[in-house]
Amino acid sequence: MSVVPISYYLVLSAVLFGLGVVAFVFKRNVITIFMSIELMLNAINLAFIAFARAHNQMDGLVFVFFVIVVAAAEAAVGLAIVIMLARHRQSLSAERINSLKF
Amino acid sequence: MTPAMAEQFVNLQRLAPEIALCIFGIVIMLADPFMPREKRRALGWIAFIGALVALVGVHMTAHSPGLAYSGLINNDAFSVLFHLIIISAAALVILGSFDYLDREGIQRGEYYALILFATAGMGILAGANELLTAFVGLEMSSISTYVLVGFRRRAPVSNEASVKYFLLGSFATAFFLYGIAMVYGATGTTRIDEIQAALQNSLSQEGHLPALSILALGLIFVGLGFKVVVAPFQIYAPDVYEGAPTPVTALLASAPKAATFALMIRIYSVSFASSSDTWFWVIWISAVLTMFIGNLAALVQTNVKRMLAYSSIAHAGYILVAFAASTEFGVAAVLFYLAAYVAMKVGAFLVLAHLGQQDERRLSIQDYAGLGIKQPALAACFSLFLLSLLGLPATGGFVGKFFAFQGALDVHSSHGAWFVWLVVLAAINSVIGAYYYLRVIIAMYFWSPNQDYVPTRVAPAIAVALVLCAVLTIYLGILPGTLHSAALTAAHTLALH
Repeated sequence: MSVVPISYYLVLSAVLFGLGVVAFVFKRNVITIFMSIELMLNAINLAFIAFARAHNQMDGLVFVFFVIVVAAAEAAVGLAIVIMLARHRQSLSAERINSLKF
Repeated sequence: MTPAMAEQFVNLQRLAPEIALCIFGIVIMLADPFMPREKRRALGWIAFIGALVALVGVHMTAHSPGLAYSGLINNDAFSVLFHLIIISAAALVILGSFDYLDREGIQRGEYYALILFATAGMGILAGANELLTAFVGLEMSSISTYVLVGFRRRAPVSNEASVKYFLLGSFATAFFLYGIAMVYGATGTTRIDEIQAALQNSLSQEGHLPALSILALGLIFVGLGFKVVVAPFQIYAPDVYEGAPTPVTALLASAPKAATFALMIRIYSVSFASSSDTWFWVIWISAVLTMFIGNLAALVQTNVKRMLAYSSIAHAGYILVAFAASTEFGVAAVLFYLAAYVAMKVGAFLVLAHLGQQDERRLSIQDYAGLGIKQPALAACFSLFLLSLLGLPATGGFVGKFFAFQGALDVHSSHGAWFVWLVVLAAINSVIGAYYYLRVIIAMYFWSPNQDYVPTRVAPAIAVALVLCAVLTIYLGILPGTLHSAALTAAHTLALH
């Protein structure tokens, strides 16, 4: 049985992270933008796990737990903020968040 | 006492300020529902006492330097000084918030509790010896401030600022985390002191640094650059600073910046000292861009709060000048600059918190025309902060700039000439900055009074906070010796190369 090399996981992680960045920049719905951040965080988790395996250590796995916990806290606060936005504007489009101007 | 208990005791002692802040935060959250609306101000006083207790805690930690919790926290003199700066900023902001919250009708316990939690997070950030701790501290302070920015719930601008800050802040955090993952991949550790050794090792064995570590440096710079607001990651800052409740802006512009610079020094100047040739150019370009963008954009603002937001971007650029030097003197200059910057910036924003009046409608420069006649004391105070931001001699801002530029000029490396250019550009920027600071002062003293604007009495709590900021600004300007020698000692404990 052949083992999948670590580099495959790292490439996958980089691709997922890149997709998250692209979605963050180009998507217009606030919830979707938020989801793209979650995608980036999960790409990071994958990288941590792959490196932990490569180094044969537990440290990377511990880090993943912390990332998951913090992401949950961030989601709780973030969604509350988004609900306030929806109440104010009756819309979730990022294009309408424009009352503060340069 | 058994050895294990003694170790626990030392751990607790070295984390005393954060523990105190969190306990007081929790007490406020628990007490909040039982307090009648008109008595909630008392919670603010509890928070203020909490910050003072944390300052006593900092005094305790200063007597027991060393690592805590098996190396997660590094409680050295560097961390102690940053704790002093951060917690003092929080205490001043709390003091300046009481009457603002009453005026806006948002006097609630969560506000104070969140400030304390954010401060605890920044404290952890400043004392982190492990990137994991740094990440948790960074998120503690960020998540709390996301909520604080949107605290004027009825105001759409506040909500909008909160959404922007939340989305871009989490985006930046993801980059920071990915950077940590790369560091971990390259070195097999996330401890700041061990990374340095691991990189030195691979440098001596293979003759070059692992490619992943260079990538990590870039990613971490993106993440932390957002938090300290340097170009090209400054885009969100003016919007967020303008939309946030003004006392929160005072906090945002001061304490998280100080805490994140502490972490940047630990990561760049300590962990990645061996690759300073690589990141020097990134910092150099970023510093120049930050200063020019901040100052040029501030020139055209008519909203004073937004102008001060751009000015805080420019100041991050001046701090980067000292940061680029990455010598002991440079690090001490960053520390000193941040202390002076906190005093004057918190002061300036607290003046605006008062002057803005109900719903923050009076923030335009025209509103303050003739303020020097109507409210001489307040106008004098505001002028002092603006002059210090400008860098007038005998103020903290001047001495801070002096040390920062001196630190950059003192570098004897292959980049020496580029440091001279950096200082020249910074000096040009200081001159550009003079225009918009002086314009406000001229409006206050020489424009014919704005009949429309009826000044309100300055509440005692804000007055005390402003006097403290003013005294600190002048003290650092006239007697900088004490803090500067403490900063040099702190920089020495970092063992830079």
